[in-house]
Amino acid sequence: MNTQRRDLLKTGGGVTLLTLVAAAGWLRPGEALAADAWNKAAFETKTMDETVKALGGATPAQSKDITFFQTPDIAENGAVVPVGVTSAIPKTESIAILIEKNPNMLAAVFNIPAGTEPSLSTRVKMGQSSNIYALVKADGKYYVASKEVKVTLGGCGG
Amino acid sequence: MADPMRIRANVVGDSTEVKVLMNHEMETGQRKDAQGKTIPAWFIQNVTATYNGKTVLAAEWGPAVAKNPFLSFKFKGGAKGDKVQITWTDNRGDKRTDEAVIA
Repeated sequence: MNTQRRDLLKTGGGVTLLTLVAAAGWLRPGEALAADAWNKAAFETKTMDETVKALGGATPAQSKDITFFQTPDIAENGAVVPVGVTSAIPKTESIAILIEKNPNMLAAVFNIPAGTEPSLSTRVKMGQSSNIYALVKADGKYYVASKEVKVTLGGCGG
Repeated sequence: MADPMRIRANVVGDSTEVKVLMNHEMETGQRKDAQGKTIPAWFIQNVTATYNGKTVLAAEWGPAVAKNPFLSFKFKGGAKGDKVQITWTDNRGDKRTDEAVIA
């Protein structure tokens, strides 16, 4: 009787474990689904070089053809900082927005198909005053421009 | 289900200007609640805009995009009365699609 009971216990334990594994396994495909076109590695980078590398490029060249608009010099609220980027570089394929002093530099990547103007604006969060970089991929090459934004109230605090 | 987006699309010259305001928490995964527990990240990862079945903008976002994200862009072409579709997918696999008529 005793051994049987032990067996039962074992099986019971096994079932619980299986359920747990199944639950964990069930979660994973969901994540994979959401990340179908999401460059996880790039969003986890902490430096400019790493980010460019994760996006598949080499060291970007400074460019005066990338301009910021609607971007303030001083942002009162770091949780909502408007950023607008225009690229005058021909054959612009993508525009990425990077914030130097955020926990992860990369904020957003926009892929721009032909026919869409290489100019867009959005709003980002900034933990503290820092440089904002606009990284433009055009004709396979990378270009960058930066703008300093001072934040009077951080956006990533608790 | 998430709240609907607010989309405005207007013809400006020979292009269409699209402005989108999404309703999303955009939790960074950096903040802590009152008990000191980290609030898990919850943010939009992919945004796609299509016009007549053609993608006019595809974006990948990180948690550093502000809460209730705003996005504005322009694409060439687009006629009044046509529809622009915006779809987002967040890191929980939640998805929402809304469309607007170009004015």
